[in-house]
Amino acid sequence: MSIDQFKYSRIPPEAEALRGDVRAILADALKDYPTIRRADSWMGFDAEFSRRLGAQGWVGMALPKAYGGGDASPFARYVVIEELLAAGAPVSAHWFADRQSGPQILHYGTDAQRDRHLPAICRGEQFFCIGMSEPNSGSDLASIKTRAVRKGEKWVINGQKVWTTNAHRSHYMIALVRTGENSKRQEGLSQFIIDLSLPGITIRPIKDLTGSEHFNEVFFDDLVVGDDAIIGTEGQGWSQVTAELAFERSGPERFLSSIALLHTLIDAVGKHPDALQAKEIGRLAARLVTLRHMSLAVTAQLAAGKNPAWEASVVKDLGAVFEQEIPELAQLLCELPPTSAGGCDHAQVLAYLTQMAPSFSLRGGTREILRGIIARGLGLR
Amino acid sequence: MREIFDSTLERLFSDLVTVDVVLAAEGGNWPTELWQNIEESGFTMALVPEELGGAGASWADVCGIIRLCGRFNLPVPLPEAMLANWLLGASGLEGVAGTLSFASAGDLRIENGVVSGSVTGVPWGREVSRIVAIAQGEVPTVVLLSVEAAGLEPSANTAGEARDTFVFASVKPLAAAALPTAVGTRVLETGGAMLRAAQIAGALEATLNLTSTYAGERVQFGKAIGSFQAIQHQIAVLSEHAAASVMAAEAAFAESGDTFAVLQVMAAKICASEAAGIAASVAHGVHGAIGFTHEHALHLTTRRLWSWRSEYGSLTYWSQQLGRAICAGGSGSLWPAITCGALAEAKEVTV
Repeated sequence: MSIDQFKYSRIPPEAEALRGDVRAILADALKDYPTIRRADSWMGFDAEFSRRLGAQGWVGMALPKAYGGGDASPFARYVVIEELLAAGAPVSAHWFADRQSGPQILHYGTDAQRDRHLPAICRGEQFFCIGMSEPNSGSDLASIKTRAVRKGEKWVINGQKVWTTNAHRSHYMIALVRTGENSKRQEGLSQFIIDLSLPGITIRPIKDLTGSEHFNEVFFDDLVVGDDAIIGTEGQGWSQVTAELAFERSGPERFLSSIALLHTLIDAVGKHPDALQAKEIGRLAARLVTLRHMSLAVTAQLAAGKNPAWEASVVKDLGAVFEQEIPELAQLLCELPPTSAGGCDHAQVLAYLTQMAPSFSLRGGTREILRGIIARGLGLR
Repeated sequence: MREIFDSTLERLFSDLVTVDVVLAAEGGNWPTELWQNIEESGFTMALVPEELGGAGASWADVCGIIRLCGRFNLPVPLPEAMLANWLLGASGLEGVAGTLSFASAGDLRIENGVVSGSVTGVPWGREVSRIVAIAQGEVPTVVLLSVEAAGLEPSANTAGEARDTFVFASVKPLAAAALPTAVGTRVLETGGAMLRAAQIAGALEATLNLTSTYAGERVQFGKAIGSFQAIQHQIAVLSEHAAASVMAAEAAFAESGDTFAVLQVMAAKICASEAAGIAASVAHGVHGAIGFTHEHALHLTTRRLWSWRSEYGSLTYWSQQLGRAICAGGSGSLWPAITCGALAEAKEVTV
């Protein structure tokens, strides 16, 4: 690792040129969208909105034109997704396909898999979820137990995934499962594209502490899939997953989760902040400027085909601290109790994001795991 | 250009900026050989246009240089001379060789071609022969002043770096020119903030290197302390703030040209000032008692971090300006400011 890998990268003008269009279309599409729903950030689900974005060419836009994508640069995609997040648009339906599944299928998939999935992803019609965590295997991902056993040209899968966001409203899951026995736990893992409409799959929503249902437990009972469900190379699941994580840990969604609250806070404070309000809002803005530069630096590295796992972990951890600070400061700076019913927009958004904030340093890798990765990069372990 | 600058200066500093040289400088012994080498290298004139005697480099070219000054605890005013010469060049005046610094705070006035008033917190003031400042008068005027005729009130920061006051009484400047209209009267404060942000970023890199190396070597309870998770996580946090500060400083330098990119400079100084305290705390915690001794080199860096974070605007100072500008524009101004890198509502913080 090296801190020098954080090289300043400007968004190229042709990508920047998209911003005006995105803002104009979002202003229209979201004109009646309530503030409290904007606080959902990238967890907001609206299949119709995703289809509309797909028709606009803004889902899977970095995928090749041959598959319905836009051959857009990673920076063009960055401009679109950060505008979506800043506006609080409901992007969750297509989010995981756009960020992870699509690029993975392009990179590791067979021609048949690409033809089947990529055009539908780009239309904003095919939704994916990511099956990594299992009971007792969250941070210790290499300890997963879900197993696929080969039976001729078929695989029989048994086991359980958990914390799978959107499993109940996705068409497919890309699941990490054990296909072989090895002394090293990271070996013998493979990834499967699983059609969630198949028999042998039970999906049960898990209510979170706000009462919302974003994630699920998913059970596989003698689920039968074909050989063609494997994505990538049998036994290479671990390296495929870890390469994917740099994409999952460095994007603007890793520091914009609380942006709706920063917006309502600024308006609640008003045009003439006191000294403490001005200081803390200014400090948050400075951090936001810097996190965005760091995230763009990682994007440039990913675009250059590198695997900036260390740098992505830095962005994710610093980003989660920032996202979690916003509710803390919001309650500190205004005498306005959070409300889960009634009250003004700010009080409602404050209540919602205060309750959501603990998840920001859990999902996508816990703080402790990320700091371990960073320490390893520093040569400490 | 940047790679050549950085490698040249890193070699020079590695040879000449030893712990002994830094400590001697803190004790008042000007490092003559070091300064001579720096001057001969031409870096003090790097930001002066070629037609005015300089190298015509841009701020983007020199971020690495300023970071190196921080990394090595450089005990001479190279960053200060570069900024002072930049302002001379930007005002159409020739760059000057020799020891040079600048003053951003004070109450200088220019009337009938002579300057009166005082300036405070002048870095390396007593060690330099000339300073650049802005004097108020009919128009704000960039002045090059000899400090010989001025009254000196010495002061120093926590690292023993001179931060002096000068009093001028009807002194004729060595050179003077109207401040270009595109450049605000607080240009030296903003420039100073940008310099210190990059120096802090460099010092944080040094702090990180010192701390992770020590954690790998120091054995307690039968193993290197760096193998304890509690230590690892503290150093990870230090590295995150070092990376953020480097990134923010690089952005500020990259976006600054004829004028400073104010939003980026504010962000850089705010992030660096916050990082300074966190990094010094982690570094001293990990080093234990040995890092608290005069004998160990850690304090050369941490004592500078504790001073530089307050110079040319603290975390609070810049955060409040930025916060007021954002609140004045309402929530709708935040995201456009972040993405275009400039504040529409920042009249009060324009430099």
